[in-house]
Amino acid sequence: MEIPKTMQQEETQGSRSGMDITHPMENVLRMDRIPHIWCPGCGIGLAVTAFAAALEKAEIDLNKVAIVSGIGCTGRVAGYVKLDSFHTTHGRAIAFATGIKVANPDMKVVVFSGDGDLIAIGGNHFIHAARRNIDMLVICVNNFIYAMTGGQVAPTTPLAAYATTCPFGCVEPPFNIPYLAESSGAVYVARWTTLHVRRLMNSFVEALNKKGFSVVEAISPCAQYYSRINRLGDGLDMMRFYHDNTEIRHGEDTKNLDIAYQGKIIMGKFVDRERPSYTDRYNEWLSEIKDDENEPG
Amino acid sequence: MKADPSGVLTGTHNISGNYACAEGALAAGCRFLGVYPIAPALEVSERFLQRAKKVGATFIQMEDEISTLAAVIGASWTGKKSMTVTSGPGLSLMMEHIGLGIMLETPCVIVDVQRVGPGLGLPSQPSQGDMMQARWGSHGDYELIALAPSSSQEMFDFTIKAFNFSERFRIPVAVMSDEYVAHLQEEVVIPRAKDITLEPRRYFDGPIGSYLPFKRDEDLIPRMVDIGQGYKFHVTGLTHDDRGYPIMNEECQEYNVHPLVKKIRDYTDEIIEVQEVNIEDADIIIISYGVSSKAALKAMEQARGLGLKVGSLKLVTVWPFPEKRVAELAGKVNAFVVPEMNFGQVVLEVERCSYGKSNVFFIPHGGKGVEDTEDILKAINQAVQDDRIIDRIVELR
Repeated sequence: MEIPKTMQQEETQGSRSGMDITHPMENVLRMDRIPHIWCPGCGIGLAVTAFAAALEKAEIDLNKVAIVSGIGCTGRVAGYVKLDSFHTTHGRAIAFATGIKVANPDMKVVVFSGDGDLIAIGGNHFIHAARRNIDMLVICVNNFIYAMTGGQVAPTTPLAAYATTCPFGCVEPPFNIPYLAESSGAVYVARWTTLHVRRLMNSFVEALNKKGFSVVEAISPCAQYYSRINRLGDGLDMMRFYHDNTEIRHGEDTKNLDIAYQGKIIMGKFVDRERPSYTDRYNEWLSEIKDDENEPG
Repeated sequence: MKADPSGVLTGTHNISGNYACAEGALAAGCRFLGVYPIAPALEVSERFLQRAKKVGATFIQMEDEISTLAAVIGASWTGKKSMTVTSGPGLSLMMEHIGLGIMLETPCVIVDVQRVGPGLGLPSQPSQGDMMQARWGSHGDYELIALAPSSSQEMFDFTIKAFNFSERFRIPVAVMSDEYVAHLQEEVVIPRAKDITLEPRRYFDGPIGSYLPFKRDEDLIPRMVDIGQGYKFHVTGLTHDDRGYPIMNEECQEYNVHPLVKKIRDYTDEIIEVQEVNIEDADIIIISYGVSSKAALKAMEQARGLGLKVGSLKLVTVWPFPEKRVAELAGKVNAFVVPEMNFGQVVLEVERCSYGKSNVFFIPHGGKGVEDTEDILKAINQAVQDDRIIDRIVELR
């Protein structure tokens, strides 16, 4: 079959102007997919940039890293990162990644998705992967809202904040993601905003080299929906808010990390501990079985 | 390609259908089993685990059936042949990822040990109530392959066949077993590894950077690579082009999804298998599949004993449905008799494909054990007396 004309990718900016322009992150980003879909003022691009920088800094074999995303704005990340990458079903990225990790323990697996995807529809997979301590890095971009579908209330929307499906203010208390992660068994838990890109990147590097279920929450402005519905200004205003209303408290008890509407955001690395991973335990169990002991007659 | 001897337990065994299924999977080279516990499918994973170490297979029990099939698809991309086993309620939850498996064109096998529904139904009784769900349950247009075993031996053979189809066509393949077959203890002959032929995965071996995950070969099947080989490919469940990049327009929808259907429909002759007995002179043909065909064959013999010209057509592959063969026979026989352990699913296909040229007598069966030979004989009796061309349901009670 011929490839229809509408499907053929336009030439990239560089070659069109005849100049030899190379992006410094060409090594880890799919340049043939740029421009990306994210709105002006969105923080997801910053989280991706931090992640791309972390991939280079972490000194890991990029052939052995797979990235899996679910659905939503952040769900598109897998498509822009030059790794073995999977854009899967809504909420199931962790489950899909679990299959990859268990079937091929040599792979480093990263799940990059949003708060609604990971904590609402994917909440069950999140807590169970943490409990099993599957060796993977989960990056949760939290913008407090379902943005791809136009601004519906999320399990992370702060009490009283507006969304299209809570026009009188959110009546449900939100999840505290670091607390949920720690109590479910995660070995590494950190939170930053997308203003704090260097600290975010450093957390990614640490978590990429950490064995076990690691969670990094990246709080991001949604300038198009969350900010507009709540009249919080544009992306830059939200960044200014992060600048003025965040506090770094490494090692803070994750119980104290609730985020109130326009309240102070506590950031930092909260959990860094050791637990045997699923693969460790599985291999240990296998090594204890003597050959043929279990063999049916 | 021949089977890896480490997974083949050559010999004659007296084992249940579920055990035979696990043995078939291991013989076929399945090295990843993802499950969520559900009756009556449990024993497959038990047997698989007993043999896991020696064979070098991996097992995981997930938190639900949704995540189970997601993990199976993920595992398949690492190059391990992957399988899950479930029953009706679990199959309902798997519909989401049957769609993903179709869209990502990922080989995997889903064994559905059917139990009586709807809802939670009768967990420990056999049924054939998931046949239409397996075919149509996931949203959007797709084709898949479903096989229906009727014995422990077929459980073993068809599981291997399912893996072969899934690799050949890069598609999820369903093995539609049921509680009766699952727990039936029967003799299973497992051949030597060198006598088991397996379909190898068709790999792309070109240079890094030139891999297109959905670039189709002449026969419409794209080639695969494994995760971790350095190809750094992208695949998405959205409508996509050859590169696996999402393209949101109608042209691409046609370009992407039409071949998903075509890659099966163009090869129905290769896929479809039926077992025909006494078809040549038959006036009445019993069309059956799975465990119902045991009763059907017996009813056929008894009817022949009474001097009635009855034949049997047993569907090995229920999906894709052997529409050409049924249409061919429709003009030649007076009636089809269709026993099914449900209130009418595959019979609809028989009616469709007989184009009104033959009577279709359906024997409904709502979960009273397995199909009764007596019921089939009654239906044959009615078919003999009533040769008007009209679809009817046999009144039994």
